[in-house]
Amino acid sequence: MTDKTLYDKLWDMHLVKENVDGSSLLYIDRHVLHEVTSPQAFEGLRLAGRLPWRLDTNIATPDHNISTDKVERDAGVAGMVDEVSRIQVQTLDDNCDLYGIKEFKINEMGQGIVHVMGPELGVTMPGMTVVCGDSHTATHGALACLAHGIGTSEVEHVLATQCLVTKKMKNMRVTVNGTLGAGVTPKDVVLAIIGKIGTAGGNEHAIEFAGSVFRGMSIEGRMTVCNMAIEAGARVGMVAVDDKTIDYCRGRQFVPQDKMFDQAVVYWETLVSDVNSVFDIEVDLAAESIAPQVTWGTSPEMVGAVTSFVPTLDQQPNEEKRKGLERALEYMGLQGGQAIESIAVDRVFIGSCTNSRIEDMRAAATIAKGRQVAATVKQVLVVPGSQMVKAQAEAEGLDKIFIDAGMDWREPGCSMCLAMNADKLGAGEHCASTSNRNFEGRQGSGGRTHLMSPAMAAAAAIAGHITDVRTFSGAN
Amino acid sequence: MKAFTEHRGLVGPMDRANVDTDMIIPKQFLKSIKRSGFGPNLFDELRYLDEGLPGKDCSNRPINHDFPLNHARYKGASVLLARKNFGCGSSREHAPWALEDYGFNVVIAPSYADIFYNNCFKNGLLPVILTEAQVDTLFDELDLQEGYQLSVDLRAQTVSTDSGHVFSFTLDGFRKECLLNGLDEIGLTLKEAAAIKRYEANRAAQHPWVFGVIK
Repeated sequence: MTDKTLYDKLWDMHLVKENVDGSSLLYIDRHVLHEVTSPQAFEGLRLAGRLPWRLDTNIATPDHNISTDKVERDAGVAGMVDEVSRIQVQTLDDNCDLYGIKEFKINEMGQGIVHVMGPELGVTMPGMTVVCGDSHTATHGALACLAHGIGTSEVEHVLATQCLVTKKMKNMRVTVNGTLGAGVTPKDVVLAIIGKIGTAGGNEHAIEFAGSVFRGMSIEGRMTVCNMAIEAGARVGMVAVDDKTIDYCRGRQFVPQDKMFDQAVVYWETLVSDVNSVFDIEVDLAAESIAPQVTWGTSPEMVGAVTSFVPTLDQQPNEEKRKGLERALEYMGLQGGQAIESIAVDRVFIGSCTNSRIEDMRAAATIAKGRQVAATVKQVLVVPGSQMVKAQAEAEGLDKIFIDAGMDWREPGCSMCLAMNADKLGAGEHCASTSNRNFEGRQGSGGRTHLMSPAMAAAAAIAGHITDVRTFSGAN
Repeated sequence: MKAFTEHRGLVGPMDRANVDTDMIIPKQFLKSIKRSGFGPNLFDELRYLDEGLPGKDCSNRPINHDFPLNHARYKGASVLLARKNFGCGSSREHAPWALEDYGFNVVIAPSYADIFYNNCFKNGLLPVILTEAQVDTLFDELDLQEGYQLSVDLRAQTVSTDSGHVFSFTLDGFRKECLLNGLDEIGLTLKEAAAIKRYEANRAAQHPWVFGVIK
């Protein structure tokens, strides 16, 4: 029998039917819903007089729109100040209640950013197909799931049929071997990968992240990496199952126990690429070559080491790159050749589906502990990814560390990653952000985003400008 | 779904690579629970000089005259000529909804982000892939000729210029069929209900933990 990649195995396991034209019907095990990309799908179901195919596959929670401010949040959906947002969240509640879909509502324990909530509750488990109307769904691939974002028409399709009509992607493997230096985190690894292959490097491919660096990484770290596969153009990012995967799943709310858990583990342990499986593209990086990363431009591929300099126009290989750089520098208000560490920050955002888990909170707290936010920094938002992360962080006293340092400790949600709620940048403001996209206007109209790790963002908050976290005592 | 067979229309340019879906339709407009009405806010941050907000009347907003699609010669454009990796970033289907609502029926680019490409077909918007050289040719012709139009034939899979170029493009057979006939994809899949049920029965026997746990 031919050797298969992890992606091949996941694909084959979920194939309902393959058509002669190459399109396939793929079965979906888990469908995660939130307020922004689902209302039109439910409306479509209603107009066609259809019902969800199955209920026990769907799980919902509000995350994109909701306030992270405690006072507003405590007032629940009815107390949401932004009327348009309130209607959207209320519509999710109404749709879930009407159809009987399990939802963790705005202030319920379990609520959180969809890609934080799914794995932490054990809703998503190894070997599953997971979809959500959100491009960062690849996060769940850290558990060796076949997980990817879909559009709203497909949300409706999955609700109605439990399947997607899709085509098999190509296989790509990104291997990082070696030992990461002190202060170099999963975020730095994935930013370095995006810097190498570019923002379209993974288009039409499913990426498997392999090598000793990912084996050594925690599951939460793997989530950070898989989360940003889409920023390299790949809808799917995955890491094969190992003991860490199985340990992570054990005991979570929706994970089976006892004999059924053991039965699941037998299957889960097969979820690795076979030794002689073939990938369409192979990319290799040496762990030792990766320094803490910072984006300086308006695309995640516009990234470099914190110790480096903003590129200059004369370094560009072609006209397209030159034009792109010129536009990015103008938008970002930067000069070619400027040291990245010279960039002052106005605001700092620690959160998002990329970096809002307990390990991220701990990494930021390690740097914040006993230090003070620079007087020139207007605001530092620390936004835990879920109610469970928030509770855990508070149990560990991390909230006190952040507050003592002069940071804001907020309620869980997507917050300033995409600025659909009140958390946003003003025009021209620079932000050290642990989120995933530095597109123009992403964090607020005219806002200037610099992506980096939680420890680096905390360090920038203290220093008042982008700085190398490795110079801080306490950085691991 | 809206059918698409052929289209002839005025071409408008979006001459930059990696146009992301945040640029196509900024997040504040994603709060809508409707599928329509996004056209006035297409490329909002590039089109207007002030900040766009949901519900704001766009007819009185200050226009960015440097943005090509605001130029009189591109008014009424229905074919968007774009550069590589168009539609990258978020999965928001609001991006094709906004393009379609603005009046575009076709996008032509050398490549697209996967999710955006897929979303277009669900909305009767045809994303055509041509080579970079062919796209360059079209940009050159567009630059020189006011009122520049293109003809796009889905059945023949061609883009034709009045100057005589006929560029062929490829696309997946299933997508073509659905678009040509305006087929209801959900209806098609539901015809496979027996196969889906069979799959579920087999899978539940094999992997029982997948089923029945979320309540």
